Amino acid sequence: MPLNLAPNFHAAGKRYLNAYSPGDDFYEMLLDAHRDLSDEQSELMNARLILLLANHIGDLDVLREALAAAREDV
Amino acid sequence: MLKTYHYPKFKYERPAEAGTNRLKHARAVVVGAGPVGMAAAIDLAQQGVPVLLLDDDDTVSIGSRGVCYAKRALEILDRLGVGDAVVDKGVSWNVGRSFFRDREVYNFNLVPEADQKRPGMVNLQQYYLEEFLVARCRELPNIEMRWKNRVISVNPGDEDVRLKVETPDGYYVAAADWLVVADGAKSPIRKMLNLEIDGKIFMDRFLIADVVMKADFPAERWFWFDPPFHPNQSALLHKQADNVWRIDFQLGWTADPEEEKKPEKVIPRIQAMLGDEREFELEWVSVYTFQCRRMAAFRHGRVLFVGDAAHQVSPFGARGANSGIQDTDNLAWKLKLVMDGRAPESLLDSYSAERTCAADENLLNSTRSTDFITPKSRASRTFRNAVLGMAGKHAFARVLVNSGRLSVPACLAESPLNTPDAEAFAGRMAPGMPMDDAPISIGGRPGWLLDRVGGQFTLLRFADDAAGDTYAELADDPIPVRTLTLTPAADPKGVAAHRYDARPGTAYLIRPDQHVAARWRAPTVAAVRAAVARATCNA
Ligand SMILES: Cc1cc2nc3c(=O)[nH]c(=O)nc-3n(C[C@H](O)[C@H](O)[C@H](O)COP(=O)(O)OP(=O)(O)OC[C@H]3O[C@@H](n4cnc5c(N)ncnc54)[C@H](O)[C@@H]3O)c2cc1C
Repeated sequence: MPLNLAPNFHAAGKRYLNAYSPGDDFYEMLLDAHRDLSDEQSELMNARLILLLANHIGDLDVLREALAAAREDV
Repeated sequence: MLKTYHYPKFKYERPAEAGTNRLKHARAVVVGAGPVGMAAAIDLAQQGVPVLLLDDDDTVSIGSRGVCYAKRALEILDRLGVGDAVVDKGVSWNVGRSFFRDREVYNFNLVPEADQKRPGMVNLQQYYLEEFLVARCRELPNIEMRWKNRVISVNPGDEDVRLKVETPDGYYVAAADWLVVADGAKSPIRKMLNLEIDGKIFMDRFLIADVVMKADFPAERWFWFDPPFHPNQSALLHKQADNVWRIDFQLGWTADPEEEKKPEKVIPRIQAMLGDEREFELEWVSVYTFQCRRMAAFRHGRVLFVGDAAHQVSPFGARGANSGIQDTDNLAWKLKLVMDGRAPESLLDSYSAERTCAADENLLNSTRSTDFITPKSRASRTFRNAVLGMAGKHAFARVLVNSGRLSVPACLAESPLNTPDAEAFAGRMAPGMPMDDAPISIGGRPGWLLDRVGGQFTLLRFADDAAGDTYAELADDPIPVRTLTLTPAADPKGVAAHRYDARPGTAYLIRPDQHVAARWRAPTVAAVRAAVARATCNA
């Protein structure tokens, strides 16, 4: 399966009336998770998060694509 | 004085009671003739309640405030008789563009949803909305408007609420059976009653400017994140009526408001934004801060809070006046039933429960927009910029760009006034939802579904032909239910049947505020009565 670049946030058993809501839910979770951390702590947390998610995805082809997309224009 | 608008001055008339000991009795007093107070007064008056409307001023909202009125508010304004005036004078827009630094990263087109009377959003200066509402109030003989009448103390009792009112001709006391408080964000009455409002102040300041543009400029909403002409901050450009453009600049907390308001400071900012050669004239400049907060309960005995007095949100997403107008939509019919002794006072607690829920939804969405627009930490700024940087290329990032989410009505899914579904239905129109509109044709005349319901309970019934209405007797109940039958001829495009997942026999019980209370495939009269009882706390 190629890297999914379409909107993909969802929650089991939940219906959303607005297309933006699940993405906004995620974004809020993400900012909340960083709340009250120092910049260094945030950086470390981000690194751990990437490792956790990468392992969850597992598929090296997808990860290679994601790494390339992330690196572009940086 | 603005170049494009002349503020009307409403005539103060000496109240008969001013300077005397005579008590002014009123069944309902509304304090505050802002958009929300006037919506409350009109709604109550249209239901037959005489209203005394008090305001401490004698004109409309000064300067640049509310701009965007969303579809649900327009539908309510239709029911109140000012929808056409607002939409005709207002500016419709569909295209919104978001820029990050010097590039456009995202645009959307709010193509008006087909087969609905009203568009998603109309832009109009708040003073026009208020002017139209004042005109409507004047048409209604049971609204008594008193300008330059300031409420200075409030004494709530078991039987009535006593208000001390200050006028240019002295004081008087009014005794209100019910008091609707619409005295705005600072709500003097909330303070007089020592009631709390909890939330937070955002540590940011915004400069707003209205300019009259000489040249053509597209009727679009432009939002900039970190633009070259205003580094590290955001900026917004919106079209209003009369070729007046509204500009918002984020300034940051440390900015000096007095300094920032000076034309020699504002004009170069705008020139940098528009490009030097474009000609414009400055109409209005102010600096504002905002808060996100609400009262714990909107009902306190005989005192009911609506609009900014009850809740305030950040302006991103235009939820202030829009949600206040929905408060009154929810409250007016309930208050009328309670006043008439046809529903218990607990129905008014459902006003508080339903509208605090809606306020929470508005607070959530506007807080999220604010957090995206004005990141509070290095990490959140990095995420924000990463989203914006990828939005041009990747669809998933585009939906995360949050420059304000369009105000949509609360769906009240959890309300105890709803009768839960006992049968399977597809589509959005679940109990609690505000009705979706649809084009219909009654007696061969084309019209809109929402124009045919509201103000009272309605049974919206789908049938192959109009004959055989077994629900007609409900019209004589203490809380009457009118039947509106939609046959295939009345729903020529089948839009209503589709939106309501209807089959012959399907029926929806619609509240006076056009929210769905219950739905069935083929209800008995007794089932409809039970749902009415439940929706009015009479069960
Ligand atoms: C910059 C900005 C942009 C905004 N943009 C939008 C938008 O796009 N869309 C939107 O929906 N909303 C917007 N809003 C919010 C909107 O302006 C408010 O939500 C709206 O005005 C609230 O209406 P209200 O009737 O509750 O209160 P107000 O409009 O504040 O009216 C209160 C009234 O009560 C009167 N009053 C006060 N005290 C007393 C007293 N003691 N006795 C008698 N009368 C009294 C006042 O004179 C006033 O007339 C914006 C606000 C700002 C500041």
